[in-house]
Amino acid sequence: MKRSPRRRRVGVVAAAAALALVAAACGSSGNGSGSGTTNTASAPGITKSQILIGSHQPLTGVAAPGYSEIAPAANAYFEYVDHHGGVNGRKITYHYLDDAYNPSQTVSVVHQLVLQNNVYAIFNGLGTPTHLAVVKFLNSEKVPDVFVASGCDCWNNPSTYPQTFGWQLDYIREGKILGAYIKQHFAGKRIGYFFQNDEFGQDGVKGLDMEIPHSQVVTRQGYDPTNINIAPQVAALKAAKAQVVVSFSVPAFTALLRLISLKLSFSPQLVVSSVGTDPTTLAGLLEAFAKKGGATVNGSQLIQGIITDGYLPSVGEAGNSWITLFKKIHATYDAKAPFDGNVLYGMAVAYTFVQAMLKAGRNPTRADLVSAINRGLPQGPAVAPYAYSSSDHNGITGGYIGVIKNGVVVPTGSVMTTDTSPSGAVTAFSGAEQTAPASGIPSP
Amino acid sequence: MTLLRHLGAAIVLAVILGLLSVALNAFRDYQMAQVALYVVAIGGLTVLVGLSGQISIGNGAFMAVGAYTAALLLMHLAWPLAAVLAASAAIAALAGLAVGVAAARLRGPYLAGVTLVLAVALPSLATRFTGVFGGDQGLAVNISTPPAFLGSNFPLTRWQAWISCAAALITLVLLANLGRSRIGRSWRAVRDHEAAAALAGLNVAALRILAFVVSAACAGLAGALLGITTTLVSPGSFTVTLSIALLTGAVLGGLGTLAGAVWGSLIIVLVPTYVTDVATSHGLSSAVAANIPIAAYGVVLIAVILLFPDGIQGAVRRLLGPAVPAGRRKESGSVTTQRRHAPATEHSEEGAP
Repeated sequence: MKRSPRRRRVGVVAAAAALALVAAACGSSGNGSGSGTTNTASAPGITKSQILIGSHQPLTGVAAPGYSEIAPAANAYFEYVDHHGGVNGRKITYHYLDDAYNPSQTVSVVHQLVLQNNVYAIFNGLGTPTHLAVVKFLNSEKVPDVFVASGCDCWNNPSTYPQTFGWQLDYIREGKILGAYIKQHFAGKRIGYFFQNDEFGQDGVKGLDMEIPHSQVVTRQGYDPTNINIAPQVAALKAAKAQVVVSFSVPAFTALLRLISLKLSFSPQLVVSSVGTDPTTLAGLLEAFAKKGGATVNGSQLIQGIITDGYLPSVGEAGNSWITLFKKIHATYDAKAPFDGNVLYGMAVAYTFVQAMLKAGRNPTRADLVSAINRGLPQGPAVAPYAYSSSDHNGITGGYIGVIKNGVVVPTGSVMTTDTSPSGAVTAFSGAEQTAPASGIPSP
Repeated sequence: MTLLRHLGAAIVLAVILGLLSVALNAFRDYQMAQVALYVVAIGGLTVLVGLSGQISIGNGAFMAVGAYTAALLLMHLAWPLAAVLAASAAIAALAGLAVGVAAARLRGPYLAGVTLVLAVALPSLATRFTGVFGGDQGLAVNISTPPAFLGSNFPLTRWQAWISCAAALITLVLLANLGRSRIGRSWRAVRDHEAAAALAGLNVAALRILAFVVSAACAGLAGALLGITTTLVSPGSFTVTLSIALLTGAVLGGLGTLAGAVWGSLIIVLVPTYVTDVATSHGLSSAVAANIPIAAYGVVLIAVILLFPDGIQGAVRRLLGPAVPAGRRKESGSVTTQRRHAPATEHSEEGAP
């Protein structure tokens, strides 16, 4: 309460700064910085032949399994683009450093990238607590902070953080889409919530509560990601006789939830957010955890029938043009990693970055990239369009409901889109999915 | 006299560091702030381990206490910076007192165990009381901007480097004087022979507790500085790894010497960045490059312990000191009161041919 006047002042200053930026961007494009046919070193990190971008990623430590595949996959896509003419003749050099998912290390590596390596932008910095540690710094240094790898609603704050843009389906929208499905298909059933007790889980619950009638929710169980003993929470879900358990959990805790339910012979219908259901990761974790406890399970069988959602085409869709394209690039540039949801994610977000760079013009300043995204981006690999505008910095706006069958997510029904407000309806998306360009590179 | 000499040295160092901070770029200034805050933490730890002969694998937890104190004071009460830093050290000292009282009864591995528990358990309080401490997300630290008279373009990282270096110099002067005072001599007596010290009339328990309080106060100050330079305090910054890094820094630099604390801080801050730069510029795959700093850290640790059992400062002293024939080196070591050994290093020296 005490802080509100100061906050407001900060907001005003930030808004003024944003206006100044827009003015500067307009001024510079008037001078032809966005056009022309020769390349110039138009901004920090941009030379005649190179675009240098940076990122903080959990390459070691607790969050590394799975997530450490994302940056190499994005880099594989950039290499593909580099070998096919680059972005306006410039190669993208992607310098991603390990922060071990430790916020104070995030601060160190991002300081290094911005102040020492002079990167043009920070791209796809991974994690909510980690990226929150640097979002203020990046905005005060006016470094484009694009396509954060986290669905926290906090990146959508254009007045305070004009440089920051989300990308993936945010957790509130995801909660609403899952909630609307549950409301329709499990009417009158007893519903239990299981969620990570932080911004991720709480945003998800916020979205669920906008759709599911409160009278149907029989219990709400939060867990701390640092405490792996979730037996009390599962026992409480069982005691409340929940028939459907909705889970906003990371893969390790989805696996624990499944195993402990099995042990307590509790078998509700599981509905799990896309964050916690990559089938390859999940099946592997289940088998590893069971082995530690001295048991053998078939991971793929245990996750059969879990309801989830997705905002990128499913890895198992053989005929999808995006899957075909990314698989081809994966085979040439990133063959060591398995082709799973994390690799798909990395390539799709890298594609979006190339879209934004092409739109920013031949010789872009940092402000040109921000204003290019503010003017909106055409729909890419995602199944729904982006929300980007000068007043909305959220990314993908919708997804589909799917069921895990034989180790892949099988989409059911149509793509649903919505907004982050309590009143905004969840509606079927009328537009079509886009087809991947034959060249594999977005057209300017 | 000693006080004046230490003050003089600190002033000369302050001028050099000030000039250095202007010559370096913004990122090097940030690293300077990091090194300085580790000097504070490791300086306190080296007094505890090297002078009083106790061990702590929990000083990262005291850093967390200081950091959260600073964040809460800045957020709710908006105290001036110097008062916040003093309060962070004081609150951490109180925590150190509580642990010290328990620790005074414990020895060796049992003491290490208790402090290890502290390092593991304390940061998780932040997720238990989310309302106060902000959970995993932590608390934002309202950064103090450089004062107006320095000009509007004064880089923030240089200001942070100045704050941290000033705190480090003040801490070093205080610790250096403490080490040479009656208390410092009593700590050495207790470390070298507890029963003899007690027979000589020293209050062993009080001295041991005091050492804990001093090292916790330093850790608390360092934690507050960490919060200010990173503009965030969160449990993820104060894991057991941090506590072990502090101990490693103290051992690498040379236990019990304040110059050793400086060497140790330089290593734990600069080696990972340098090695990552080298690894990535040589086109190693990122999976390999990401793990190389950890490996390099291990190699440096092994190399220093094998080659210079009394740390880098010990090696520097041996290089600068008068040439002593190998056979008489040990003798001269025991005569020079300046040389400080942890029990472990003494063993390894005895084992050397």
